[in-house]
Amino acid sequence: MSQYAWLIPVLPFSSFVAIVFLLKKSKAASAAYALASMVASFVVALGILIEKVQDPKAIEIAVNWLNIPEMGNFRGLNVQMGLLIDPLSAAMLFIVTFIAILVTLFSIGYMEGDEGFSRYFAYLSLFAFSMLGLVVANNYFQMFVFWELVGLSSYLLIGFWYHKPSAADAAQKAFITNRWADFAFMVGIILLFVYFGTFNFAELGPAIEHTKDAAFITLIGILIFIGPVGKSAQFPLHVWLPDAMEGPTPVSAFIHAATMVAAGVYLIARGFILFESSETTMLVIAYIGGFTALFAASIAIVQKDIKRVLAYSTLSQLGYMVMAMGVGSLTAGMFHLTTHAFFKALLFLGAGSVIHAMHHEQDMFKMGALSKKMPVTTWTFVIGSLALAGVFPLAGFWSKDEILLAAQHHNFTGLFVLGVIVAFMTAFYMFRLIFVAFFGEKKSDHHAHETSWLMTLPLVLLSVFAVLAGFLNSPWFYEAFGKSFSTFVFFGEPEIPHLDLGVAGLSTVAALAGIFTAWLIYSRKAIPAESIAKKFSGLYKLLWNKYYIDDFYQWLFDKVMFMTGKALDWVDHHIIDGFFDGFAKLVGFTGSKLRLTQTGALQNYALVIFGAVVFFVLLASTPLLGGVIK
Amino acid sequence: MDFNAIVSAVMSNIVFYLLAFIIIVFALMMVTSKNLVHSALFMIVTFLGVAGIYVMLQADFLAVVQIMVYIGAISILLVFGVMLSRRDNMDRSNLNNSFGVAAFFVAAFLFVIITRLMVATEWIGLVSTRPVESTAGQIADLLLGPNMVAFEAAGLLLLVAMVGAIILGKGVDQSK
Amino acid sequence: MITLQHYLILAAALFCIGLFGAVTKKNAIAVFMGIELMLNSVNINLVAFNRFLAPAKLTGHVFAIFIMVVAAAEVAVGLALIISIYRHRKSTAVDDLNLLKW
Repeated sequence: MSQYAWLIPVLPFSSFVAIVFLLKKSKAASAAYALASMVASFVVALGILIEKVQDPKAIEIAVNWLNIPEMGNFRGLNVQMGLLIDPLSAAMLFIVTFIAILVTLFSIGYMEGDEGFSRYFAYLSLFAFSMLGLVVANNYFQMFVFWELVGLSSYLLIGFWYHKPSAADAAQKAFITNRWADFAFMVGIILLFVYFGTFNFAELGPAIEHTKDAAFITLIGILIFIGPVGKSAQFPLHVWLPDAMEGPTPVSAFIHAATMVAAGVYLIARGFILFESSETTMLVIAYIGGFTALFAASIAIVQKDIKRVLAYSTLSQLGYMVMAMGVGSLTAGMFHLTTHAFFKALLFLGAGSVIHAMHHEQDMFKMGALSKKMPVTTWTFVIGSLALAGVFPLAGFWSKDEILLAAQHHNFTGLFVLGVIVAFMTAFYMFRLIFVAFFGEKKSDHHAHETSWLMTLPLVLLSVFAVLAGFLNSPWFYEAFGKSFSTFVFFGEPEIPHLDLGVAGLSTVAALAGIFTAWLIYSRKAIPAESIAKKFSGLYKLLWNKYYIDDFYQWLFDKVMFMTGKALDWVDHHIIDGFFDGFAKLVGFTGSKLRLTQTGALQNYALVIFGAVVFFVLLASTPLLGGVIK
Repeated sequence: MDFNAIVSAVMSNIVFYLLAFIIIVFALMMVTSKNLVHSALFMIVTFLGVAGIYVMLQADFLAVVQIMVYIGAISILLVFGVMLSRRDNMDRSNLNNSFGVAAFFVAAFLFVIITRLMVATEWIGLVSTRPVESTAGQIADLLLGPNMVAFEAAGLLLLVAMVGAIILGKGVDQSK
Repeated sequence: MITLQHYLILAAALFCIGLFGAVTKKNAIAVFMGIELMLNSVNINLVAFNRFLAPAKLTGHVFAIFIMVVAAAEVAVGLALIISIYRHRKSTAVDDLNLLKW
């Protein structure tokens, strides 16, 4: 099956090309082609996954894309385009294509009646193509190319409703923020190439292991890690992700579950050997991840916009994944990515369903009592929230446990405690959302109704996965099949899954406590939310304004950069331009004077010519100048 | 050295210096004369002197051509030009412009420099004697043999110059 | 005995006088005369070199003939030009021909 792996990215690309050039006019044909290509990709990906489960040996197929042979001092350049199919990419391909199908399906319902319907599916196909190309990349160069393509397609999709200024701004914000990170990533790749002479993952692995230059590896590791910091929206480059909510909701689901943000985590997993070789890099990764988890969760607690809560929740979960990688467990990070893909896609599509039903109302305090009108959406959303909160035995429980276990195992007690606190906060903000939006009394005069089967079918499918995906890495699964996620995707030695009752109990208690607190405040109203907000008004304001980071960046751009720009503009205008203008003026002045020597009188010229002959002969014959004439 | 040789050497010296004197004096008179017609006449004398020099150099054919072309054609053409663009007062028809002094110094320095170079150069491989014979046949061989193409091109050039001169002299009819 | 140098120096003198005439004269026809003098001096040089350096072949004479051809053509066209200009401007002074001046 691996020999057909190239089909996986090519099929969505064919859909993009076909829609743009042929099917644009027909909405039905565009959507059908996009969906069909995704399904076909999924089938191939599934085949590959099954093959890899049976035989986890990595397969690499590559063609030379750019080959400059060695020339003198020039070391030569060999850039490949290739496919690397190993358990990691097989698992990722499966997730991406699976989520892509559901998102496409859901979008057909969600985007109904939109003017840019065909364009939307073209972009969506491009997005899928970019992400799949990134996943199968066998070298850093190709990865970077697709990495940028992911950035481009996310720009197109976030700014899909480009006539809306906020959407256009959000798209630019996402793109520009990512550019900062991508620049560091690029520098890292170039350094890597300069040092090791190859981009290839398989060739880099042993080369990195044997290198002695620890400081250099740390530098490259951190530079490359900045790439994921941007793409996976880690602190301090997280600001674009909440704003990216301006795009259509299925796109948010796609971005948050399977593509854009997953790309960063996937990169860390792909280049794990590089990061793992430097303790400093690992510490940076772990603490940035941990901090982002806590930081984003705290913001999510006070947000009112249903999609924003989910956005910050994604940030927080991404922090978890990165932290898991940082403490040294690739399995835990990738496993959480997998389970998170299912339940976060579920939550976003659920939110999309709600928003669709509420006619694009996103403030959860204006909803309420949706459970009666939209039972399917409500219950699937609750399942997703329980999974995210990490309640036994749903998917989130297993993956979050794995992360906490990894933190404990590698003696990161601080991060372990932090993880438990974040688990509590996660449960709290998710159930705050549920109690406010889906239960309780009606808060505004809305006529919500259950959405069509196109939208509920993906929800049901995803909720099944949200319930069951966690078992992939449970001890029972291992006992039954002799295999589990951790023996499939791992770095170094495979681990056999086991359940640490202490850790599991602690995280479950934290999750249940979170749910209970949310119930107390928002359902029982034992303590009114407003009074808490009033009591801690300073903290509330800080959280509501997202720690003022956006404002800080705004200030940075408005004041610092703008002033610097102005100063440089002044320098440019007065000093640099002045210099060159002065030069031009000097030339002009000289010209206006020298012009007078051109008398236009022919004889004058003749005289000058012969005078010059005389002059130069005399000059050449001067003994002082080594005269040649006797 | 026999007597004839001495006489011939003395004679050639006398003839050369005489010719050189004529050439230079008339050339100077030509460039200093204020009357254009006089200048043209002085020039004819100069050309005659040059023809004499050609004879001394045993270039009999060239001497004849010099007389026919320069004196017979070019000089007459120049005189025609003078007449066609005649001024009222011929005495002031050939004035100098303001470069006189500068031109004098440039020309004088140039002469000094060239003379200095000629004298200082050690000429080698010089041939002092040459059998007296007519050069016309040999020139004809050269012109119609190895230099045929150049010869034809020169003929074409003369034709084109003639046509051009006629058109320029006649003037283009603007009304057409 | 008259040597090569004598002819060369004579030619140089004629050249310089021609140059002086060509540069200083106001009348275009006089300028032409100066140029003819210069061409003549060159011819003397060519013939003299031919006589003293390679008398067996008359290449120098052929050169001189070509120069005469070009001089004749030049004078013909030049005089036609001068007359044409004279018809327009009633002057043959080179100083007046400064239309291309700045």
